[in-house]
Amino acid sequence: MTASLQSAPGPFFGEFGGRFLPEALMAALDELTDAYEKAKADPSFGGELDRLARDYTGRPSIVTEVPRFAAHAGGARVFLKREDLNHTGSHKINNVLGQALLTKRLGKTRVIAETGAGQHGVATATAAALMDLDCVIYMGEEDTERQALNVARMRLLGAEVVPVKSGSRTLRDAINETFRDWVANVETTNYMFGTAAGPHPFPAMVRDFQRVIGVEAREQMLALGGLPDAVLACVGGGSNAIGSFDAFLDDEGVRLIGCEAAGDGVETGRHAATITGGTKGVLHGSRSYILQDQDGQTVASHSISAGLDYPGVGPQHSWLADIGRAEYWPVTDADAMDAFRLLSRTEGILPAIESSHALAGAIRLGRELGPDATLLVTLSGRGDKDVEQAARWFDMLPGEDA
Amino acid sequence: MTALAERLDQIKAEGRAALIGYLPVGYPTVEGSVRAMQTMIEAGVDIVEVGLPYSDPVLDGPTIQHAAERALAGGSRVSDVFTAVKGCVDAGAPAVVMSYWNPILQYGVERFADDLVAAGGSGAILPDITPDADVTWLPTARERDLDTVFLVALTTTAERMALTCTAGSGFVYAAALMGVTGERSSMGGGVQDLVARAREAGAPRVCVGLGVTTGEHAAQVAEYADGVIVGSALVRCLTDHPDDLEAGLEALRAKTTELARGVRGEL
Ligand SMILES: Cc1ncc(COP(=O)(O)O)c(C=O)c1O
Repeated sequence: MTASLQSAPGPFFGEFGGRFLPEALMAALDELTDAYEKAKADPSFGGELDRLARDYTGRPSIVTEVPRFAAHAGGARVFLKREDLNHTGSHKINNVLGQALLTKRLGKTRVIAETGAGQHGVATATAAALMDLDCVIYMGEEDTERQALNVARMRLLGAEVVPVKSGSRTLRDAINETFRDWVANVETTNYMFGTAAGPHPFPAMVRDFQRVIGVEAREQMLALGGLPDAVLACVGGGSNAIGSFDAFLDDEGVRLIGCEAAGDGVETGRHAATITGGTKGVLHGSRSYILQDQDGQTVASHSISAGLDYPGVGPQHSWLADIGRAEYWPVTDADAMDAFRLLSRTEGILPAIESSHALAGAIRLGRELGPDATLLVTLSGRGDKDVEQAARWFDMLPGEDA
Repeated sequence: MTALAERLDQIKAEGRAALIGYLPVGYPTVEGSVRAMQTMIEAGVDIVEVGLPYSDPVLDGPTIQHAAERALAGGSRVSDVFTAVKGCVDAGAPAVVMSYWNPILQYGVERFADDLVAAGGSGAILPDITPDADVTWLPTARERDLDTVFLVALTTTAERMALTCTAGSGFVYAAALMGVTGERSSMGGGVQDLVARAREAGAPRVCVGLGVTTGEHAAQVAEYADGVIVGSALVRCLTDHPDDLEAGLEALRAKTTELARGVRGEL
């Protein structure tokens, strides 16, 4: 029997991962790693997290079969893991509750975070309000414009939102700016990283906090008749995907498919499909696939979805791709938006544009496999935040009729 | 021993601290940046830190971020760093490259080291990696007698201090404050102690940077460090004159003169 792939501890996943950051942050990262190791071994930490998941987030999230949608996916059976129904509207809450509890254990009073779509920022601001922590969120200026509603949500929750004006003015620059804040304020401040990327211990720790998605879904699918043929999830930094995959890693018959944002198409160069179209390098503290030029300068990514618009990806995904345990498919803006409309109209569920990439992957796979297949799709978030953008895409805003 | 280490020892023997000046290659142009480095050398900089512009400079504040962005937008390439190193060495100053890790990794660790040797460079300062992060650079540098400069911070633990101060060579870069590069109104506390800790941990030479802005700051730091590192305050001389390189060079000459008098206790 081969060794289990589940819950790989890091810091390295094959050649990927590690900790490539300034010495000034090493003490804080060691302290965080140590606090997390202790918390993992402490039943009171797990107990508190479980209680919050149940009484605050509303877990377990349900699994919904979507037959009218599935009719367009080759007639395969399609089930959605409904992370969109969590408090705050996405899977991001699973991670921040864990990290906020850890912040309390570290005795720190201030949290900082980056955000792209604003979902991780909203979740962080929420956890900070709940646990009485000061909260500053860094968000690329371009993202504050395309996700204005989430900026207001964070401010209503008591967080300070700082628009980042440097570089490409998106998630990547927001991460740079959050690291800069952390270096200056590390004594009082904990960085609550939003995805399963970055330096050790974040890839493993965020994965562990998101692992509940796959653990629940696997049990739910078994109760519904058996394991699915494939699990699909969208991949930005990769936290909802790795959280969905982990419990299935040792089920050899289950295909794991990460759907990356292909923007205008990988061949156009305007995309965020890091594994499909990137090369190996170091960005934001770990070694992984990244989008870069010959000189190692990071290249701007492009996606209609702010939450997937990132030129890096979590190191465990790079490793799973290299060893062939998971597949990573590019999904264009247009295909994602078609899937967005299809789920809305056939099932009455407005998905996040991020999650719509996974739905598009399911349509493609269902058509390939046909009616005998069973697919599990993680619906990582709801589409409320995307209403304006989607309405514009489909020319549905008042006064914009052709 | 590299030219860098020799120069530091020679300056120490003169009873003063060295002045180390940072400028990024390619700002405002490759040629302009080389002229700026040579201007600093003429005005009293002892050693040049040749900065390699990077798209994601997590340890830099707004001044150096801006210059790096302009340099990259102007088409500055990794290979330009060797042109600048040669320009500094020809002008009589040892040069070290200051670079984030990914550009070196993509250029090829051995190729980068070979080209640095060919240009006459003394080594590299690596701000975003630590001796335990990557195993490829150190042996490559040692084989070629290149120095590797790592940073230590006020938060560095005793264990990590020992690791860092013995892994590198040339000097150890003591970060004067917890934060990014940029000008400050005063030098923070605790640096002198940090320098002492680094020496105790085995650092052959310790230079202090981050926040050094005025001749007075330089004079203060010169009392306990082997070298004083200045970046943003020099870069700003150029950013203050975006359309007039000659005026920028004049400002740079004046700032360098002030700092050079600081390290010589001539203020
Ligand atoms: C709903 C939703 N799904 C997915 C993502 C992408 O993140 P990750 O790849 O870490 O799951 C985001 C990020 O903002 C999001 O808001």
